[in-house]
Amino acid sequence: MLNERPVIEVRHARKSYGAVEVLRDVSLKVRKGEIVAIIGPSGSGKSTLLRAINNLDPLTGGEVWLEDTQVNEALPPRRYEAHINRVRQDIGMVFQHFNLFPHLSVRGNITLAPMMLKGIGRKEADELAEQQLARVGLSDRVDFMPSQLSGGQKQRVAIARALAMKPKVMLFDEATSALDPELVEEVNLVMKQLAEEHMTMIIVTHEMGFAQDVCDRVLFMDRGLVVEQGPPDVVFRQPRHERTRAFLRKHLQLRD
Amino acid sequence: MGFDFAVVVPYLGSLFQGAVWTVIVTCAGGALSLAGGVVFAVAALYAPWPVRWGIKGFLWLFRGTPLLLQLFLIYFGLVEIGIDLDAFAAGILGLGLHYATYNADVIQAGILAVDRGQMEAGRTLGLSQGQTLRKIIVPQALRDMAPPLGNNMIALLKDSALVSVIGVAELTLSAQLAISQTFRPFEFYATAGVFYYVINLGLEAILGRIERRTQVAR
Ligand SMILES: Nc1ncnc2c1ncn2[C@@H]1O[C@H](COP(=O)(O)OP(=O)(O)O)[C@@H](O)[C@H]1O
Ligand SMILES: [Mg+2]
Repeated sequence: MLNERPVIEVRHARKSYGAVEVLRDVSLKVRKGEIVAIIGPSGSGKSTLLRAINNLDPLTGGEVWLEDTQVNEALPPRRYEAHINRVRQDIGMVFQHFNLFPHLSVRGNITLAPMMLKGIGRKEADELAEQQLARVGLSDRVDFMPSQLSGGQKQRVAIARALAMKPKVMLFDEATSALDPELVEEVNLVMKQLAEEHMTMIIVTHEMGFAQDVCDRVLFMDRGLVVEQGPPDVVFRQPRHERTRAFLRKHLQLRD
Repeated sequence: MGFDFAVVVPYLGSLFQGAVWTVIVTCAGGALSLAGGVVFAVAALYAPWPVRWGIKGFLWLFRGTPLLLQLFLIYFGLVEIGIDLDAFAAGILGLGLHYATYNADVIQAGILAVDRGQMEAGRTLGLSQGQTLRKIIVPQALRDMAPPLGNNMIALLKDSALVSVIGVAELTLSAQLAISQTFRPFEFYATAGVFYYVINLGLEAILGRIERRTQVAR
């Protein structure tokens, strides 16, 4: 176990937009089954880091590894395409604004990619959709269109869609930020349940309570750097850095 | 001497025959214009730059010149390089390509209007750019663009009269043939007008149905 390769490893990640450095030497290892929260003020580079992990926003320096595959390996365009499409099947991602496919039913949203990429038939794909919907508690919504769902339900379908690819890791970018407060809990519950199933997860969140309850480790980022990281009890109760303290003061106050 | 529509009656059969050809040319040309529109739109947006600029030049040329000229070019001109299309094929090709350029415009705008997150969601699942375009982006673009594309189809139906000049025996040419025998232009052109109007009503009913469907599905 101890010398097993991390599921995700980011080494010395750098990213700049022109002269603006958004990530400045960020490194991160996530072991199998580990749940890591990334917190920090808006604009600190949390999304950029997460989106670098599946190369949606390529880094300008550093490496990203998924087990023993380098995600951002420099390859000629043709080979890169094939490579990245294969790698991304193993990395589930959930967005703040769900990004469900509005022209497809819930079933269609979930079955599209497995049918196109894993060569499975209609029947098997439908069973897969039913399994994943049961996992997020939406078995009765399989024939609905996304527009007929609440925000919380949409996000749970988005999670089911990602899970249907049987990913090795799940990335969440503020999955509950766009939701009405009363819909946050149902999504959090699904994520908690994934945690109990030992799904490897990296969760960008502004919900300190959730990070504290669910995650094994918390990273605090500020201005493109990981300022502090450790178990939630340590980071939240005894933060070592003044910037972390200031951020937590602000955010724990906002919570009631 | 006044109008006498009784003269039309013996020719109703051949006018009807012409109307059938008008419908066929419109459907075939329309299908070609939609398929071509999607291909041109995607190529103009995503193809490697030499192809992209080639397509853009072609679109610009085809939009900027008269359909009538293009029909002559395809039917009479291509023979010189050994491409001898029959009038029917040349008419469908001309109409289809001409309207493909208009549709390409509409579809390009539609693709650009689809939320960026849709491409990201597709790519994140492991779909290629082409797969994401085909299954996720283009269907949404077509759905949102159903009304303007429908308008193009109606314009195409009316412009299908132009293929009469290269000898496709559609509605307008059928009317002209009858006129050459009876010397009654008003009666026959007016009757052809009624036929066009009825076809148009049918087309609008179908388009209305498609639009309602796509509205419900969002
Ligand atoms: N496409 C872009 N072009 C220029 N700057 C960008 C772009 N995307 C993000 N940024 C900048 O990068 C910084 C980090 O952004 P982001 O990773 O989204 O932060 P966070 O998710 O922590 O709020 C911000 O200052 C943002 O303005
Ligand atoms: Mg963000």
